[in-house]
Amino acid sequence: MKDNKVAQALKTWTSRLRTKKEERNAVCHVPEETRSDALISVRNLYKKFGKLEVLNGINLDINKGDVVAIIGPSGCGKSTFLRCLNGLETPSAGEIILENEYVFKNERVYLKRKMRAMKEESKKTGKPLPMDEFNAVNEEYLALRKEEKAIAKYMETAINLHRQKVGMVFQQFNLFPHLTVLQNITLAPMKLKKVGEEEAKAKAMELLKKVGLAEKANVYPSTLSGGQKQRIAIVRALAMEPEVLLFDEPTSALDPEMVGEVLKVMTELAQEGMTMIVVTHEMGFAKEVATRVIFMSDGVIKEENAPQEFFTNPKDERLKEFLSKVL
Amino acid sequence: MFQDIIEILSSWELVSYMIQGFFNSILVTLISALLGLFLGFVVAIVKIAPANKWMKVPKIICEAYTTVFRGTPVALQLFIMVFAVFAIPGFKPYAAILTFGINSGAYVSESIRAGITSVDKGQMEAGRAMGFTWLETMIRIILPQAIKNIIPAIGNEMIALLKETSIIGWVGSTPGTLTFDLNAAASTIYRTVPNYLASGILVGCCYLIVVYAMVFLIKCIEKRFAKNER
Ligand SMILES: Nc1ncnc2c1ncn2[C@@H]1O[C@H](COP(=O)(O)OP(=O)(O)O)[C@@H](O)[C@H]1O
Ligand SMILES: [Mg+2]
Repeated sequence: MKDNKVAQALKTWTSRLRTKKEERNAVCHVPEETRSDALISVRNLYKKFGKLEVLNGINLDINKGDVVAIIGPSGCGKSTFLRCLNGLETPSAGEIILENEYVFKNERVYLKRKMRAMKEESKKTGKPLPMDEFNAVNEEYLALRKEEKAIAKYMETAINLHRQKVGMVFQQFNLFPHLTVLQNITLAPMKLKKVGEEEAKAKAMELLKKVGLAEKANVYPSTLSGGQKQRIAIVRALAMEPEVLLFDEPTSALDPEMVGEVLKVMTELAQEGMTMIVVTHEMGFAKEVATRVIFMSDGVIKEENAPQEFFTNPKDERLKEFLSKVL
Repeated sequence: MFQDIIEILSSWELVSYMIQGFFNSILVTLISALLGLFLGFVVAIVKIAPANKWMKVPKIICEAYTTVFRGTPVALQLFIMVFAVFAIPGFKPYAAILTFGINSGAYVSESIRAGITSVDKGQMEAGRAMGFTWLETMIRIILPQAIKNIIPAIGNEMIALLKETSIIGWVGSTPGTLTFDLNAAASTIYRTVPNYLASGILVGCCYLIVVYAMVFLIKCIEKRFAKNER
């Protein structure tokens, strides 16, 4: 009898906790009418560093299994874009949606700009402010602000969960020098996903075998060559079983003879259906492995196409110029 | 002079002063060091943490703390703390230890901060990108790499602290109290055997013994942490 009561109380308590969590989570759900099949949707993404405008309205949908190659001149914001995708940078405006959940949303800046423009207009022309219209915009702004602040607040803690779904491979590898290769790989699965040690190790060894580095499991990173380090970095990201892998110029810091071994691993991954976004200067990889190629310049996507069309029939003038230089 | 040294060493009373001073010096240094390490660690983390609205005030406080305590003489701090801030009867030795600890914390925090910033920025990014929080990345990834840069600097600071505590007698010390350190022992011995060189050499040897032990200890710790460096 007494046990029953305790069990009952516990049940209501946990269910209440769960609804609370769901309520908080619900602020991130994309409304029914704008849902899509895309794994990642980026809408009107802007990023400023102080006065420097780096991203000027990026729009991109990435589907499961896509291998997107991003090319473009240095300094055009490719790294910044990738870093926005996994929250290493906070965008200035726009939306980032992963699996129909907002990761970032800031649209209210447009309404604010609109209101400011209305005020300035009335000041300049001397006409009174169209109060009805202004108030309507203001109301919309306030509602949006409430929603977006709730999302931002939720993401303050959820961003770390989001990052577990979005793996990243860096130009400089960034392996942890104080840990062995195996420890590098198992650290995050064990500590973040609470995978057991045996299981994490088995999984790591399996992945290491796949990239041909099983015998390096117990050495420290500093004893490895650049190509080996980058392959380990890819394995480390894969061990978290991410939904998508971001590569920021993964072969740019490598000696030429090591580029091939890293590209080979990436090609295999692509063939297995891994969703990948790859910033690269390797036109061969973009041509042969990518399913879509994107040309970025001045913080916007200037051209996007299937690789064949992209390289044989470029339309944008800047792209033509760029390709003539790199091909 | 040798006669004076032998005279000091053959008087149990004078030797007992030295023993007392020896242990008081070590005790004062040890407690101040622990306090300083704790404070220094917390302050370094606060200073290095990413700036957000919660960290704003703590950051300002920590910045002011290091500026003030590194920018003024420790003797001045000692007098203010003992005779103004904590002018409580019987609290003198504790106020002094507190001063040394707080003062040392300011230096330690800078050593720790320098060690942490010497670690490649990419390490934090890699940790964050995997899904670790800032603090988790700091503890699991950054600090283990920073520690080998931090330990020698902190070792230096601890040796300096031992010698800094020699001014504790300035706030007044009598045998049998915590403020009666090696330096105070030297002055007391002088009253019986009026030869500064003799008492100075003996007490100096005591300091050297402690410093030598500290150097040895620091070496051991360094070696232990160098193990996971390849
Ligand atoms: N943290 C930052 N603070 C200020 N400016 C930055 C920062 N990160 C990047 N930038 C600037 O943004 C621009 C785009 O950089 P980036 O995204 O790295 O270009 P890319 O990867 O295409 O070469 C550059 O002009 C760079 O100087
Ligand atoms: Mg870049």
